[in-house]
Amino acid sequence: MSVSICLLFPDLLGTYGDSGNATILVQRLRWRGVAAELTVIHSGDVVPTSCDLYVVGGGEDQPQALAADQLGVRSSSSPLVRAVDGGAVVFAVCAGLQILGREFAGPDGVPRPGVGLLDCSTRPGRRRAVGELAVEPVPGLGLDRTLSGYENHAGVTTVGPEAEPLGVVVSGVGNGSDSGVDGARAGRVLGTYMHGPALARNPDLADLLLGWVVGPMEPLDDSDAEELRRLRLSASQRGSVSGLAGFLPRGWRRILPLR
Amino acid sequence: MTLPDRTRIAARFGVGVAEVSRRLGKGGGSVIGGRAILALDPNALAHLSAGRKVALVSGTNGKTTTTSLLATALSAGGRVLTNLQGANLPMGLVSALADGPSGAPAVLEVDEAWLPKVVAATRPAAVGLLNLTRDQLDRNNEVRTLASSWRSALAGPAAGTVVANADDPLVAWGAGRATNVVWVGVGQPWTEDSGGCPNCGDRIEFTPSGWSCGACDFARPRTNVELEGDRLRWQDDTTLRLDLALPGRANRANAAVALCVAKVLGADPAAAAGSISSLGQVGGRYAKIVVGGRKARLLLAKNPAGWMETFEVLASPPGPVVVAVNARLADGRDPSWLWDVPFERLRGHFVTVTGERAWDLAVRFRYAEVDHTVIFDPLDAIRHAARGGDLDVVANYTAFQEIRSKLSPVGISTL
Repeated sequence: MSVSICLLFPDLLGTYGDSGNATILVQRLRWRGVAAELTVIHSGDVVPTSCDLYVVGGGEDQPQALAADQLGVRSSSSPLVRAVDGGAVVFAVCAGLQILGREFAGPDGVPRPGVGLLDCSTRPGRRRAVGELAVEPVPGLGLDRTLSGYENHAGVTTVGPEAEPLGVVVSGVGNGSDSGVDGARAGRVLGTYMHGPALARNPDLADLLLGWVVGPMEPLDDSDAEELRRLRLSASQRGSVSGLAGFLPRGWRRILPLR
Repeated sequence: MTLPDRTRIAARFGVGVAEVSRRLGKGGGSVIGGRAILALDPNALAHLSAGRKVALVSGTNGKTTTTSLLATALSAGGRVLTNLQGANLPMGLVSALADGPSGAPAVLEVDEAWLPKVVAATRPAAVGLLNLTRDQLDRNNEVRTLASSWRSALAGPAAGTVVANADDPLVAWGAGRATNVVWVGVGQPWTEDSGGCPNCGDRIEFTPSGWSCGACDFARPRTNVELEGDRLRWQDDTTLRLDLALPGRANRANAAVALCVAKVLGADPAAAAGSISSLGQVGGRYAKIVVGGRKARLLLAKNPAGWMETFEVLASPPGPVVVAVNARLADGRDPSWLWDVPFERLRGHFVTVTGERAWDLAVRFRYAEVDHTVIFDPLDAIRHAARGGDLDVVANYTAFQEIRSKLSPVGISTL
C-alpha cells in the first residue's frame, strides 16, 4: 500500500515551519518500508478528497481566512469534510486548528464560520501568547509523554462537547482563557497550538496519526528528538523572556531594541 | 550647519561614554554612547542628520554588507560616517553621527522595523532597499505589516531617491508610493513570503522574467538598472562589470544596490566599482581563519532566504560544514524556520551541528537524511570539522558573534 499525505496551502499557512510536519510523516513511513507520497496543494489548487492524511499549518490572519474559504465552510461538500467522512486523518496547527472549528476570528476581528470539523470556536484574545508550550496529553490517546511545542497566536479557543482537548497545559497558554487545555480532537481530526514543528519534538504524536492510517508500527530511534524535547521542556519550566514579550503591546514587540 | 547647544553637549558626552565603555573592554560602545546622547537630546538623530547627506540601507538580509560596500564606494570623496558594527537602531545611528565632523556624509544601516522613524528623522538623500522576508517571527509577526509601514513612510519625496529591488514584491510595495525610485532588478530567489499580493490578497505569479498579481495590476516595476550575472546594465545600455572579492549572487545584488545609491549621491559608478572590488570581509562575514592547519570561512545565515544564498557559496561536497544555531532574543526565540530551509542540499558534506539549538538541527538533519555529528561547543565543533579539510562555518546572529569573539582569544591567526 502507499499512503498519500496532503500538505494544504503552505503558501498561506506556512509561516512557522509547520510544513516540516508533512516531511516528518512521510519520512517515518518510508523508514519503516511503507511507501508514502506527498501532495502539496497551494492556494487556488483543487483540494483532493482521496488522501489518507491532511496537514494544515499556522499563518497570518488574512491568508487564514483565504484558506478557510477554499476549504469550504460549514458545508458537506467541502473536500476536507468529504475526505474525513471517508476516514482521512487531519492534523492542524494554530491557524489551521482555528479554521477547522465552527467559528474563528477574521482579520477584522469579526467572527467567521469555519469548516466545522471540530466542535470548537475561537475569538481574539487580549494578549498574544508567544513562547514554549508544554502539554500533558489526555488519557486514552496512548501518548504517555509530555508534549512540547512553541506557540505564537492571539486566539482564545473554546472546545465544545463534541470534541475533547489534546491535553492539559503544563506551561504556556494553549487554548487560553481559563481553560488550561490545548488543542481539540474529534475522531481522527486533531488540532493543537504547538509549532516547533510539533511532530519534530513529539515523534509519538506523529506515530499516533500514522497509526490511525496504517495500524501498529515498529518503533524508530528517536533519541535526538527525545533530547530536543527534554531540553525544550526544561526551558519551558524555567519560564522564558519571550513569554514575557507576549505581555507587551504588539507595536512594542516589533521594535524592541534587541540587536 | 551649527548644532543646537543641547545636541552638541549630548554628542560630546555620548562619544565620551562610548570611549570609556571601549576602554573598559565592554565592546564597541556605540549602543551605550547612543543611549546617553538620546537621553540628553531625544531629537539628536534629526539634529545630527541636518546639514549632511544621509543614505540609509535597509532590508532583511545584506544590510551590513551593503552599507559597508556603499561606505567604501563613497570614501574616495573624503570621510564617510557609518555604523559598521551593525548597531542599526537609533542608539547606534546617533553614535555614528556624533563621532565625526559636521557636514560629512553618512551611510547608515537601519533595522527594517525602525526604517519609518529613521526616514522621518534623517530626511535622507537616498534609501537602498534590499529585500523583505521572514525573520525573527516571535518579534516581527507579519513581514507584510513591515512592507506597509515602509509604504507610508516612503510616500512622496520625503525619502529622497529610493533605490529598490524590483524582484521582491514586498519591497516593490514598500517603495511603491515614493516620488523618486530607481528600480533595480537584482533578483530574489526566496519567494515564500510574497506569494500573496500585498495590494489585493490574491496570488502573485512568479515567472523567469518577473512577477505579477493574478487579479490586480500590481506587477514587477519596469527597471532602470538590471543585474545580469556579474554585469550591471542601465537603461541606456551602459554596462559595468562587478569584480568582487565577496562571494556569491547575494553579494553581487548587494553591490548593485550600493553602486546605484552611490550614483544617486554623485559618485562615478565605475570608480566606485573599482574601490569596492577588494573588500573581502564585513564584520567577520566571509573572513577566513586558520584552525588546526585548515582554513575556516565564516558565513552568516539567520533565516531561510539567507540560507538559499548560502548554499550557493558553500564549497562542494564532501567539504566540511559546521552549522551553528542559537535562539536568543536577537536571533528570534523560535527556530522553526529551520524546517523551511532545504537542508537536503547538504547531503554528501561532512556536517557538524553546534550551538544552543544543536538538537533542533540534529532532528532537522535526520529527516533531511544528512549525516551529521552533534558537538555542543562551537569551537570543539570547528576543530572536529577541520579534520576533514578546509571548512565553511555557517552561523546565525548570536552564534556568529560568539564564534568570532572566541576565535581570537585562543590565538587562532587571521589569514
